[in-house]
Amino acid sequence: MASCRHCGQGLIPGKEIGGQYCCAGCQAAHDLVEGLGLDQYYQRRSLDPAQRPLVPEEDDAARVDFTQHAKPGQKGDQVLYLMVEGLHCAACVWLIENVLARQPGVTHARLNMTTRRLELRWIDGAADPNLLVHSVTQLGYRLVPYDPARIGDAVSAHEKELLKCMAVAGFAAGNVMLFSVSIWAGQADYMGWATRTFLHWLSALIALPAVVYSGRPFFKSAYEALSAKRTNMDVPISLGVLLATGMSLWETVRAGEHAYFDAAISLLFFLLIGRYLDSRARGRARSAASHLIALGARSVTVLLADGARKLLPPQQVATGSIVLVAPGERIGIDGKVSEGVSDLDASLISGETLPIQAKPGTPVFAGMLNLSAALRLEVTAAGEATLLAEIVRLMENAEQGRARYAAIADRVARWYAPVVHTAALGTFLFWTLILGTAWQPALMIAVSVLIITCPCALALAVPVVQVVASGRLMRQGILMKSATALERLAQVDHILFDKTGTLTLGRPELLPGDWTAADLALAASLAVSSRHPLARALARRCPEAAPMREVTELAGLGLEGDGVRLGRRAWCQVSDELDGGEGPELWLARTGRQPVRFAFEDSPRLDSKETVNALTKMKYSLELLSGDRAFAVESLANRLGVAKWRALCLPADKVARLEELKQAGHKPLMVGDGLNDAPALSAAFVSMSPSTAVDVSQTAADVIFQGDRLMSVAETLRVAKKSNMLVKQNFGLALAYNLVTVPLAMAGHVTPLIAAIAMSSSSVVVIVNALRLGRR
Amino acid sequence: MTNLLMLIPVALLLGLFGLLAFLWALKSGQFEDLDGSAHRILFDDDPPQPKADVNKDSDKT
Repeated sequence: MASCRHCGQGLIPGKEIGGQYCCAGCQAAHDLVEGLGLDQYYQRRSLDPAQRPLVPEEDDAARVDFTQHAKPGQKGDQVLYLMVEGLHCAACVWLIENVLARQPGVTHARLNMTTRRLELRWIDGAADPNLLVHSVTQLGYRLVPYDPARIGDAVSAHEKELLKCMAVAGFAAGNVMLFSVSIWAGQADYMGWATRTFLHWLSALIALPAVVYSGRPFFKSAYEALSAKRTNMDVPISLGVLLATGMSLWETVRAGEHAYFDAAISLLFFLLIGRYLDSRARGRARSAASHLIALGARSVTVLLADGARKLLPPQQVATGSIVLVAPGERIGIDGKVSEGVSDLDASLISGETLPIQAKPGTPVFAGMLNLSAALRLEVTAAGEATLLAEIVRLMENAEQGRARYAAIADRVARWYAPVVHTAALGTFLFWTLILGTAWQPALMIAVSVLIITCPCALALAVPVVQVVASGRLMRQGILMKSATALERLAQVDHILFDKTGTLTLGRPELLPGDWTAADLALAASLAVSSRHPLARALARRCPEAAPMREVTELAGLGLEGDGVRLGRRAWCQVSDELDGGEGPELWLARTGRQPVRFAFEDSPRLDSKETVNALTKMKYSLELLSGDRAFAVESLANRLGVAKWRALCLPADKVARLEELKQAGHKPLMVGDGLNDAPALSAAFVSMSPSTAVDVSQTAADVIFQGDRLMSVAETLRVAKKSNMLVKQNFGLALAYNLVTVPLAMAGHVTPLIAAIAMSSSSVVVIVNALRLGRR
Repeated sequence: MTNLLMLIPVALLLGLFGLLAFLWALKSGQFEDLDGSAHRILFDDDPPQPKADVNKDSDKT
């Protein structure tokens, strides 16, 4: 099949333009790109099937006034920060930058492919920001202004700070180790005390400023914990590093034999690696999520009394005003239809697959999708009063009820710090009181206990596993949004699925029935002209059908062309005697012939059955919770082999079921996508959403998976279990290391050489163990 | 010993040079877009300039 030269979608015969483009927007976009001499773009790009196709939306640029978002820059220019949606590959970045750079007045256009943020600068007065933005939206991308001060800047500043600390610590650790190795080599041989002390002083010169600089993240966090009368992992870390440095300085001053500068600084270096990886893995998922949320805030077209149109954010729309909704647009307010007939996709609100018919008087809710024709709505509620806002409130309540989950590392830290400090104190007292040693050497030994127990491997145990695990999942399109999600997933014993859009694809497919191939071809030739999901399903089944000329569509009823009708039972004047059965249907009526019925169903994802089997095998108990009718839910549950199911669930019912399970001591995982699932997603012990879910659900979910494969759920659980095992192994290794070295330290046998070997080898062992997860 | 006195500052200076280079790279934002930079190199034959010569570009293809 031929595909559109701009967006790459398959062309619908009869609707294409010149056999090359799917719509006028694509043609204009292609002309623009070619006119600017950038047509290499089409050879260079590789379209990502998971992304929205690059179909330009009409009058999209009129939605937001970008002039208000522009800010004066430093050099008399104007700056606009935008978030870009619809990037397919690096060629898109190249195209956007070049299109913008070729507009008059533009001085700078740089698009960050990782964060999808665009920085646009132009000479004040030389260009109109709305026109600049329009040149990009015309190509099919969507642009949303954002405030860099509000989104993610704090996170990236923190990450940069960690990276700087890490660089300094790495430099210092390398150089101090250089001197330390010379000293250890010299000990066995002929190095005099003068050279040794000289090298110690050099080490001190490098290590002291480095410790002060790169230790700050730990010192700060430890200080905060202590002033709140708590301890965390940073307390023993800070104490160990400071004592090691202080003691080494003292030894250096009195020309002693042992200095631990290398231990102190390489400890910081290892810890900073763990800290940086941790923050990076979390920051990535978060930036993906913040990106999705920002795009959700769309404006509403309000029709003013004088006939003019105005764009307003949904919460500013007054009750009683008239709002226009174009076909294909999501409704932003609650209201009722005042003019127009159309079909509405309510699957996000109720979980129902089939579109509902909308005619004057039909109540509509924010979140529904308008399918076939333009509608005028009278607003009955907006902003906080909508059903949508009600669901969000329900979700927030559930969120508060969710007990704050303490990460395993925090739980370990809670008892680790006191035990270590008691051991060091005990050592000191034992040497002074029982063995009668002078206090200086005894203190030395006690400090070496603190240094050796400094939780280097322990602090690396969790973040390294998490980074490897989230990296492995990310490659398969699974994003971890919450830091403790992996740990919680590993404890899950009960899985609840939503039906529409989660177990199923949320799109109807034609069922075999009493129709012939000729019937299908005729029906499909009518259906290609419609956007109704059932008509699309017919057209998909019979792509070779030649489109019929002069087809008229009556929204909410059906299609007519050449004396043939396709649509609802009433539209085709089917007598009541002909019974079709349950489920969504389309009728095909011709004069002088018996009407033909086409039945549809929302087909399950291709690997639903496989996933259910795999999960049952993994000993999870499964359950289906849906807002759809009992018939549809039961037939799907039977087909997939899910024993327990509940139909007609309201959002609050789902939450109630989850609470019931949690009361009974279960740890439920909720997988859902709709708005009606959002409260349940927050109420569950841990939750997952497909990336096709509504923004609110994606916000509520701990894990987001992309693509059509439901197997991602099983994969995530598998990785979670494995990483949980690795974390435990790592803790075991770290503790085993302590059990061996602590007695040595208490006995006073630990020299800087032993400390360095023990510390780095334990860290390396923990990291290598975590890396095993990266392999399948 | 004289060798040592020479080599230690040399080693330290080299290390310090590396550190400064890294900090400079970090400060100038070279770590902000690791994905983009990896791909950008493939396209940079005509860097985005205001009003670049359109004809030159189409001649090449």
